[in-house]
Parts: sequence; structure tokens; C-alpha cells
Amino acid sequence: MTSEPTARNNGKPKVAFFDFACCEGCQLTVVDALQTHLDLLDAVEIVQFREAISDRGEDYQIAFIEGSCTRKADEARLEKIRAQAAIVVALGACAHTAGVNALKNLHPLQDVRRWVYGDQAEWYDTYEARPISTVIEVDAVIPGCPIDREEFIGVVKALLLGRKPPIPDYPVCVECKLKENVCMFHVGKFCLGPVTRAGCGAICPTYNDGCEGCRGLIPNPNENAMKDVLSDAGLTVEEIMARFTMFNTYRVSK
Amino acid sequence: MTNVNINVHYVTRVEGHGDIVVDVKNGQIKECRFEVVEAPRFFEAFVRGRPYYELSHITSRICGICSVGHSTTSLRATEKALGVELSEQTVLLRKLLFHGEIIDSHVLHTYYLVAPDFFGVNSVIPLAKTHTDVVLRALKIKKLAGDLCALVAGRHTHPIAMTVGGFTYLPSEAGLREMKARLEEARADMDATVTLFASLPWPQFERETEYISLKKDEEYAFIDGVITSSDGFTYPIEDYRKVTNEWCVPFSTAKWARHNRDSYMVGALARFNNNFDQLHPRAKEAAARLGMKPLVTNPFLNTAAQVVEMVHSLEDSIEIIDQLLTRGIQQEKPPAVKFNGGSEGVGACDVPRGTLFHHYVYDERGICTQANCIIPTNQNMANLNADIQAFLPLILDRPQEEIRLLLEMLVRAYDPCISCSTHFLKVQFV
Repeated sequence: MTSEPTARNNGKPKVAFFDFACCEGCQLTVVDALQTHLDLLDAVEIVQFREAISDRGEDYQIAFIEGSCTRKADEARLEKIRAQAAIVVALGACAHTAGVNALKNLHPLQDVRRWVYGDQAEWYDTYEARPISTVIEVDAVIPGCPIDREEFIGVVKALLLGRKPPIPDYPVCVECKLKENVCMFHVGKFCLGPVTRAGCGAICPTYNDGCEGCRGLIPNPNENAMKDVLSDAGLTVEEIMARFTMFNTYRVSK
Repeated sequence: MTNVNINVHYVTRVEGHGDIVVDVKNGQIKECRFEVVEAPRFFEAFVRGRPYYELSHITSRICGICSVGHSTTSLRATEKALGVELSEQTVLLRKLLFHGEIIDSHVLHTYYLVAPDFFGVNSVIPLAKTHTDVVLRALKIKKLAGDLCALVAGRHTHPIAMTVGGFTYLPSEAGLREMKARLEEARADMDATVTLFASLPWPQFERETEYISLKKDEEYAFIDGVITSSDGFTYPIEDYRKVTNEWCVPFSTAKWARHNRDSYMVGALARFNNNFDQLHPRAKEAAARLGMKPLVTNPFLNTAAQVVEMVHSLEDSIEIIDQLLTRGIQQEKPPAVKFNGGSEGVGACDVPRGTLFHHYVYDERGICTQANCIIPTNQNMANLNADIQAFLPLILDRPQEEIRLLLEMLVRAYDPCISCSTHFLKVQFV
């Protein structure tokens, strides 16, 4: 923490939550984390969290940002948060990878606006959905759609101790093997586990549903080998691209 | 003469971004409305081109709070389009999961978002110190609801195991038995919840409107059924457009809806008014203790109707688990999916905030070519604004801060879910 402890908050770091284009499911997961970690409120002071609190404090050191940047006006708001916060954390897939919001980038923007809003399409200020890291510097990321409750607590603890947040850089397969799950490819399903960042406890394969890549890709993923595996599993090129684009359109299309 | 100027930028303790604007000069109301300023997300445009099995997983991301509702509605639309027949076990598990979300969403709204107004605090957090028992009870019910969803579908926000035609994973009978015991134990917490909300001084305001919900003869309708109106109309789900009649107003930020009158209301209060007979007996008892009997026309009591529904969902969950345990959990073969050379389907559910419609068209390969989603909050926008305009003159003599609080409470009573922003418009003001 860069700021000096003050008498008013007894040295507790002040934390604020913000949202852009998203479903607010990650902030809901934060609220749910309180069920098992109510003591979190003793460690930090939440000064702004519109979904749950009426206060609107503008004095904060840690900013958690949920949601993608989807319009020019969002940039100024992001920059204002960056100017205030010592630490900016991207909360969840929409902020981290642009998530499902970026699916609209696969269509011409004008077509997207007309489809939903018809004659009033011109009223909408919107551009390609993008991760917040394309607009401001981000100090830490909590991946996932939604975020994992325990991982959120782990990141908060690390930030409070001044450590690097413990986000794995190995693939979901590692966690899936540790859980002794049957491989999705062995039961005729398909899965992005081999190239997707772990940390979720392989929750989707654990419930017999292949990984959709919501946590983003690992560093240096072998995407071509992954496509070959999916192709061998019987997917068409179209289906392979659908899998890859569900949460990773922004990356795939760059 | 009274001058009141209120501009609440981003109403707090609601889902998504909405503003209240009030301008009163010399006792004359110049402006008075609730606006929506959420960034549009364009789901209906970008699900085009996606394979049928992805639709429920993508559209659950419309809303983190009612993601089970969106998933279920999406699956029903897809299943109707693709001729998928559900097993009895699947129907029971879907209902059980849905009850989990009803309790989860309602406990969030009643305890976390609404109750602080009555305790004179800004959020549930200060209550942890002053009313520890209330907060611990809320956390306990919320955890129970989340665990119920996790038991059936892996998690509440963005359920995993629910898929076209059934489930990829089935709960164990031991897990169901354990859940049943916890639900039975939670009856005491529901009882205390009813006592708490029965003691709250609800603002007095009556304005009768048209109440619209789904309806089934055999049960309190959450999934499927027909569309019913308190003005005496009934429609099959496929005719949803005859009900929603979406229209644009130049001074509003959202598409509005109207049916028989200038506006209508959906949500817990509408369901309570239309489907009271199908409530569980214990939920009817709760209603009596809350002083509620149809027709309830005070919109603030939408929150109280949610309390009644929590009791209903808890009781019905226990009965569903009994049925599942009596039948025994069976591994089932997934039902057939028929592409039929292209087809369409409409799904409807009464999700926590009201009636939700998803309408999809698929091509001969099961790729989505058209989609329309109509969410409860949009349908409520015209009615909420009509309530604000009827309520404001009654409270104009109060101090400005009190007016602001009462208007915020009225907005919150609707439990608006602005993030479900598929249809929301951002309009240039002149």
C-alpha cells in the first residue's frame, strides 16, 4: 500500500468496486465470499460498491473493476480510477479478456447496433469490446466467469501483504488430473482445458462439461495442437472456432 | 412554494446503472423519472452464428443474479425449437435449481438491498455490528440457496451442469438428503424472516395496475405455463409479443412495455396476485402474517411478496427432494435433438424479477440465426415511472432528503436488474 494509514480508517486500506459492461456476477461472488470470510470486513474498508452499498467514497487505494470497456466514454472513467488507485485489479473475465462481450466484435458493429436497436442504432455509443488492460495499466487480474470465491480471497490477502497474487500459469488439465476426473475427450466431449489457465479447480470438467476457456489462455499456449486435438475429437472448424471465441474472441481476433 | 431538485446518479443497491431525476419548481412537477444509463451489451446480435448447445451458457452471462433463470428460459426456447422432450427427473431437478435461485435472489434483495433503508443505514455492513443475528441469518440463507444451486448445477452464478435436454451431472442421493435436512432446519430462519419483514413500516402508497405473470393450474408457475393478466387475459407463451408490445419513448432510456393499460407490473407481487391459490400452505400463512391478501396494490410490498415466495420455494424444494429420493436418481440417456430443417422456439420463465422470454430461430444445423430476449425489468419500466409520478405528489411536503430516500426505496422495491441490458436504450436528451 502506498498511502499512509490514517486515524479515520485505522490504517485499513480503502477499497472500491466499479463495473463496466458485465453481468455483475463477479461482484455478487464477492458478496457471497462474505458468507465464509466475514472477517474480510475487518481487514479493509469498502468505500464504494454501488451494487451493495450507498456510500460513494472517492478516496481509495485498491480498485476492483468488473466489466469490459465497450465505449469511448468508458475510457475516461477508467483513467480516473487509475489516477486515484494505487492498485487496480481486473475482476473477472469481462475485465480480463473482454469475455462474452467481445462476441459482438465478430460482427460488423453497425449490424450489431441495428439488430438490437433498429432505427435508433445511431444513438448508441459503442465500439469493439476490449479488456480494461488495453486502456489502463492493470496491476493484478482475477480471471474467470465468474471469478472463483477462494481465489478472490487469496488475491486480496496477497495484495494486503504486498505480495504478488497467486494466479496459476499452468493449464486446467493439471487441476483436473489432481481431482482424478475422467478426461472429457475420453467421454466424447471437448474441452479447452489443455490451453486454459488453471485456478478454478477444473470446475466445469468436474461437472462433466468441457472447459470453455473463461479464464483466458495460459502463457505460450499451443493453439494449433489444441485445434488438432479438437479436430480429432470430431469438431468442425466452425465448432472449434466457436469454442475458442466464447471467452477469447478479443485475443483470437488480434 | 416547494422547489425540489433531485438527481441521483447511479441509484445504489440495485443491479446495474440507473438514475432518478426529479425537478419541481413552485410545487409544479417539471420532471420526474427513472432513467437507465447502462452500457448496452448486444446479446441478441452476437448469439447469432453460435451452436444451439452454447446458447444457455452465453445468455446466462446476461445476469449474474438471475443466471439460472436466463439459462432455464434459454434451454426451454432451444428445447421447444429442437423438439427435445424432458424426463420427469430433469423437470424436477430444474424446478429444484430454480427454487435455489429464487431464494438466493430474494434474500439478496430483501436483506442486503432493501432492509438497510429501514434500519437507516447505507448497507448491510453496519448491520453486522448492530444487528448481528439479522446479518448472520441472511448470510446463512444465502449460503443455503447457493449450496442448493451448487448441488444441482455446480454453482449458482452461471450454472454448469444444466444443458439442452437434461444435466451433465446428477446430485447424489446422500447430497440430496443432507440438503433436505438443511432446508428443514432453515424453516426457523424463514419464520424469523417473516417476523422481521412483518414488523417493517412499509411506505403507504396504493396504485392498482395490471399484473402479469405465468400461470399453471397445478403449481405456482416459475417454468413454462401460460401468460396471464389480472385484467383477465390469457395467452400461450408463443404470443408473448401481444403482451409485451415494446415501445420507445423519447424521454426514456429503455424500451417500455404495455398491454391493456399504459403500463403493467411483473415480478413477485404480480405472481402473488395472480397465483395466490397455488402457493404452499406455509407461504399462505406467511402472507397472512405479512398482512397480504390479493389484490395487493402497494408496489413497496413487492419485497414482502418475495418473502412469501422464499417460504414457498423452501417448502417446495423439500417436497421435490422427497420425490427425487422416492424415485431414486437415475442415469438417463440424453433425449434426441431434431434440427427439422430449421425451427424456432419461445421459452418463458417467471424469474425472480418477473416474466422472462427468450425466442430463438435455428437453421438446419442447429446454428442460431435470430434471437430476442425480453426481460422483466424492461416490462416494469413504464409501471415504475407511473408509480414514481403518482407517488411524488403525495410526499412533496417532506424534506428533500426524505423524498430522495423514498423514491430510491420505490425504485429498489421493483428490484430492477439493469444489467439484463439486452434491450436497454441510451437516449440523447434534448
